[in-house]
Amino acid sequence: MVDILITGKPIDTQACINMASSPHSGGIDVFIGTVRAATKGKEVVRLEFEAYRPMAVSEIKKITAQMLQKWPLHHIIIHHRTGILKVGDIAVVIVVSAAHRDAAFDACRYAINTLKQTVPIWKKEVFLDGEEWVAAHP
Amino acid sequence: MTINILAFGIAKEIVGGTSTSADLPSHTTVAQLRRRLEEQYPRLGKLASYMIAVNNEYAATDSLINEQDEVAIIPPVSGG
Repeated sequence: MVDILITGKPIDTQACINMASSPHSGGIDVFIGTVRAATKGKEVVRLEFEAYRPMAVSEIKKITAQMLQKWPLHHIIIHHRTGILKVGDIAVVIVVSAAHRDAAFDACRYAINTLKQTVPIWKKEVFLDGEEWVAAHP
Repeated sequence: MTINILAFGIAKEIVGGTSTSADLPSHTTVAQLRRRLEEQYPRLGKLASYMIAVNNEYAATDSLINEQDEVAIIPPVSGG
């Protein structure tokens, strides 16, 4: 099963894990991306995530299709949050299950790395003294 | 033809809203649209990079744009 969600509500990590569980899945790998307190030494007040939702879902679908071709996986769950998040909040949860751990670990790492490169989601870091769209400028 | 162009992230701040429009000759390519946008919004050209999406797909610079297409400016992504 593949389950993709872009949501303005908090992500339910346990529900994601439950969806990926099955009697034959001996390895379930979970990546949780959270809001870090500081970037390059500057204190972060909050992050604002924005998505081009239909295209983001379509790009995540491409990633899951590639994952299923590369590894013998059972389930892939990718949920990404949008809106205003504070330090410690969960921005993204990726859960990958497989019979054995190697495929789950490798596929999960591939998923988050590729998501960061191709999926049209943006974050703005808001600091005490200003704000910045991440990666926008060289 | 007039096309509506969606803007996200920093592009939204550069064009001053969630979308902008451009009057273009028919059979316009993505490259021509980019030149037009950069003339109108010089700050776009100062980004690390940006892509144009047509109908929810990253478009090559020689792709043609039609009036009914959903066109969007995709500044450098930073999800995760």
